[in-house]
Amino acid sequence: MALAGGQTLLREMKRGRLSPTSLVDLGGLVPRDVALRDGAVWIGAGATHAKVAASDLLQRRFPVLAGLVAHIGDPAVRNRGTLGGGVAANEAAGDYPAACLALDATIETTARRVTASEFFAGSGELRTALEPGEIVTAATFPVTSHAAYVKFLNPAARYAMVGVFAARAADGSVRIAVTGARAHGAFRWPEAEAALGAVFAPESLRDVRLPPNGLVEDLFADATYRAHLAEVLARRAVELAVMRTQGVLVLSHGSSR
Amino acid sequence: MGAAMIDRDGTPGSIGQPVTRVEDEHFLRGESRYVSDLIAKSGALRVAVLRSPHAHARLLAVDATRAQALPGVVDVLTPNDVASVGDLPCDWVPPGMDVVAQHPVLARDRVRYVGQAVAAVAADTVHAAEDALAAIAVTYEPLPAVADQEAAMADDAPRLHEGTTGNVAFRYRRTGGDVSRAFADADIVVRRRLVDSRVTAAPLEGRAVLSAFDPGAGRLTHHTTSQLPHVHAQALSQCLGLPLHKVRLVAPDIGGGFGSKLGFYTEDVLCALLSMRTGRACAWAERRAESFVATTHGRDQIQHVELAVRNDGRILGLRSRIVADLGAYALGMGPGVPAINTGLSVTGPYRIPHVDTEVIGVYTNRTPTGPYRGAGHPEATFLIERMIDELARTLGHDPAEVRRMNFVPSSEMPHRLPTGLTLDSGDYAATLDAALALAGYAELRERQARLRAEGRHFGIGLATLAEGSAVGPSIAMRAIGFRRAGHESARVVVHADGRATVFCGTQSTGQGHATSLAQVAADVLGIEVADVEVVEGDTQVVPFGTGTFNSRSMAVGGSAVYEAARKVMHKATRIAAFKLQRRQRDLGYERGVFRAVAHAGIAASVAHGSKQVAQRVTPLVFARQTGFALPPSPTPHGGDAITLADVAREAHLGHDLPLGMPPGLDETYFFDPKDIPFGYGSHVAVVEVDAETGHVALLRYVAVDDCGRVINPLLADGQVHGGAAQGIGQALMEAVVHDGDGQPQVHAFDEYAMPHAADLPAFETARTEIPTTLNPLGAKGIGESATAAATAAVINAVLDALAPLDVTDVEMPMTPMRIWYAVERR
Amino acid sequence: MTMPTVSMTVNGRPVREEIEGRTLLVELLREKLGLTGTHVGCDTTQCGCCVVHVDGMAMKSCTMLALQCEGAEVTTIEGLAQHGAPLHPMQAAFRQHHALQCAYCTSGMVMMALDIVRRHREPDEATIREELKGNICRCTGYHNVVLAIAAGARAMAERPG
Repeated sequence: MALAGGQTLLREMKRGRLSPTSLVDLGGLVPRDVALRDGAVWIGAGATHAKVAASDLLQRRFPVLAGLVAHIGDPAVRNRGTLGGGVAANEAAGDYPAACLALDATIETTARRVTASEFFAGSGELRTALEPGEIVTAATFPVTSHAAYVKFLNPAARYAMVGVFAARAADGSVRIAVTGARAHGAFRWPEAEAALGAVFAPESLRDVRLPPNGLVEDLFADATYRAHLAEVLARRAVELAVMRTQGVLVLSHGSSR
Repeated sequence: MGAAMIDRDGTPGSIGQPVTRVEDEHFLRGESRYVSDLIAKSGALRVAVLRSPHAHARLLAVDATRAQALPGVVDVLTPNDVASVGDLPCDWVPPGMDVVAQHPVLARDRVRYVGQAVAAVAADTVHAAEDALAAIAVTYEPLPAVADQEAAMADDAPRLHEGTTGNVAFRYRRTGGDVSRAFADADIVVRRRLVDSRVTAAPLEGRAVLSAFDPGAGRLTHHTTSQLPHVHAQALSQCLGLPLHKVRLVAPDIGGGFGSKLGFYTEDVLCALLSMRTGRACAWAERRAESFVATTHGRDQIQHVELAVRNDGRILGLRSRIVADLGAYALGMGPGVPAINTGLSVTGPYRIPHVDTEVIGVYTNRTPTGPYRGAGHPEATFLIERMIDELARTLGHDPAEVRRMNFVPSSEMPHRLPTGLTLDSGDYAATLDAALALAGYAELRERQARLRAEGRHFGIGLATLAEGSAVGPSIAMRAIGFRRAGHESARVVVHADGRATVFCGTQSTGQGHATSLAQVAADVLGIEVADVEVVEGDTQVVPFGTGTFNSRSMAVGGSAVYEAARKVMHKATRIAAFKLQRRQRDLGYERGVFRAVAHAGIAASVAHGSKQVAQRVTPLVFARQTGFALPPSPTPHGGDAITLADVAREAHLGHDLPLGMPPGLDETYFFDPKDIPFGYGSHVAVVEVDAETGHVALLRYVAVDDCGRVINPLLADGQVHGGAAQGIGQALMEAVVHDGDGQPQVHAFDEYAMPHAADLPAFETARTEIPTTLNPLGAKGIGESATAAATAAVINAVLDALAPLDVTDVEMPMTPMRIWYAVERR
Repeated sequence: MTMPTVSMTVNGRPVREEIEGRTLLVELLREKLGLTGTHVGCDTTQCGCCVVHVDGMAMKSCTMLALQCEGAEVTTIEGLAQHGAPLHPMQAAFRQHHALQCAYCTSGMVMMALDIVRRHREPDEATIREELKGNICRCTGYHNVVLAIAAGARAMAERPG
């Protein structure tokens, strides 16, 4: 298996959930830069979350993305974890996959360029479109004017219990991506997107429901609550995108910040 | 006590000073010596434990043949191999407890909880040992399991142990006054079923053992993560039939305990036994996942409570039936925690003359419960503090005023509770006033009214508590079935250079005894804290001890240090007086120097001088008998001053001491407390709840505590901070969960939620200081009371916030999901 | 099968060890190099007791393979102040403010604190608390840890050079 930062892979190996017979260290093999190309932000798969979050370019030109990455994991994890790892691992509560879907990112691999929707709907081992031996090399994110990410942390695991990324592109198209709610990872929410088509405002989502069927259940959120949370956080993400144009809000139980 | 105690002229000593810890350099430089650090450098065999995957099953066969043959495997223990080994002790058996189901070292015919040890492997490496576990063939016949204490009481529930009815281990009842009359007279009865959740201490250092048996000397040197080195040495001796004088138990640096390292566990016996069998040192270090099943859990009580109240808010009576989950076995202090600590403490700081409390201990197919920070007292605090807020809400009264009107007033101290304990001292109203002032209570209520008008849910929660600590008088220990000592011992030695070593039977797991106990000794001895070394945790070096729990180390251990140091000073004063040819009462003592006080007249000196001549008979007789003339004493007699260092040198040398005085400056003291002091406090939590998501923002946390005389305010504050954090954790997020079949649902920190820095505010703390008369320091415990207060205060705050939404209860932990459901389903 | 060898610099000294491929950095440090100041407190990369610096950045040594540090400069708690030398200002601040009780999490806290200061020169309370997301303490309630980090940052800012 391919080893990038190892923050997901090694953790899963220690728990006995993954037992690869060999690892290939991608360090140095994939690009690590953050650049602006044709109005889109291009991030190399080897760029650590710390580097991306601290990127001057990103903070100026696309703060919601810098902010989302700044809240992946914790600071030590961010010094190792990479975009490539985050995208390829497609964890159930991954933040990067939600951003990719909501921002209509393009994923570059050693073999091809794929839209985020195609990439994360795959039937491969980790529910991505990656073929065996195919490695993510970069992702391109069109800079979107109104975009916001709101996530409520699971109090134990501290990843998203539910996270919703809301984005409205310059052409008026709306994308809503939800993470943490389904075992196979982040997904787009067509009903919410349709409801926001006319007016991009939280009130438009008033009657939109996410069916609880098939949603992840754990000690801190059953399917009913999780669905409810997705509905609430979607409204708040839209509100944040409207009020601040770009924003990230992380809710943590107990925290007043 | 004894003769002249020199007045130190009022000069402030080190007691009461915010001394920075002397032991910190060693930790900060990475020079720690936790048991796992010793293991890493030891070359010992590594032990892995095979644990039952079933909550309840017959154990039919354990076949280790294949495992024994694996490369790197040196020895394997199966149940047959430990047939003659004693069961793990239960050392707190409440009166009336008939069925004390002790935890076997390895399961015999049945396993009774997921995680119970079934076999153990010693191998060259951790990996080899853990891989070998998979090669041990175990045949189980699963049985129905019961994972809830009320379900376990049903007639048709699976039975864990012979001799019990409904898995009930004990029914412990305490009554006082006339409860029926109280309820008959009541205007209102407030009733609630409350749940105090099951949690785990989760110190960041897991348990670990490094055991080395020396067959030539027949001596076991046993390093382990223990809060009770002497108690555990005895337990090891009993289980393995080793003579106690050949057991050396060492607790080096310990990374937190909070009660979970009070139990005597099977891994200690397994490692010692494997070492005895293999002739090699054997070591085990708990994995975090193991800790969730193999280390005792805390709390877990279902409380049925009724409060009889007058319309004005006065509480007349309290009736409670508390069903406590002991888990699968009676281990360590487990049963006494709910029975005695909760059972006797339900009235809190209030004057409630009519009480009927029944505590029922029940066996279930879960990990045994044991003490966890507060050990039964937080459960009692939760019970009464939750009810008093309920009462306030029912009557529409201010919860601060309801508390105030029901407090035992300071004028009635000491106050005998109907359950038999005595509140020793305290002004609860003053502490409440201080807390309300610090919190700005009136402004908070105004702000609440404004925010409520905006539809926001702002809540203020109070908790006032009085918590018995610093157990306890030996005779009382006997009465409550505590099969361990209540006293604590200390030995103070002043060396020939005037510096001192203090040996104490307590055991720090982070509380800073190396500094705080040094402060006590330094204060009495009049020397610098840096010149005092504190030694704990080695049974070969510290011969006696009871250990650290129930916030007793300063009040009991510190008092022993104090008295031992005073005995030293008593002797040192006699020597100083002898050398200076003065009466003892003519000497002053300050900063290590005995000085003749100016007022002493000539006549007194002459009279004293002739008495001194009589003291010097021995040298004169010696000179006459042997013909040896004695050279002049290096420290000439007379003069105005002599240092403690010089006195110590004289004491050790013994050339020239008062007649009949043995040499040395080395005193031991066993301090047996007269009674249990009650620390107390008032805490205020301020929250805002987002009803849409169930998110709680803990905006402020205010704590005003009275622990009597404070030895080190820096350390005392630290205990309040840490204690409050754990209490808040239980209120909002911590829970050990099992399914109906006893299968654990929580295995790691990504399932067991604990507060992180961003979840907590800066703590606002203050103190009142009314010393207790129950020990010479005037100190009460402080290590645990904040935990008890915090759980209650935060829960009360959230319910206060949600009151306008007609939410009447949310069970702890108040996770976002639970809060949301409570709002949805009201 | 021959075991791989890894070379790196640890606390300024060159190190070359034969290890298994699966050896974690924390295992190399504790068991091969005897640097037991770095601790293991969990198995889910959450507690932060294992934080060290690799090439100047804080990382969780329990979730790194030693082989991934080939050629790297690793600094552990033992490397902050040489034996006998005065404590680093951040270490001194922890002591001054009673930011350690059992001290099991302390080496990770100090190493993370230095990383926080590297990225936020004089962080405020809210920033510090947020930045401690990957460090759990069970003893202190974080109150004094936050004070110590703020004080340590100030002391480091005032250091000449």
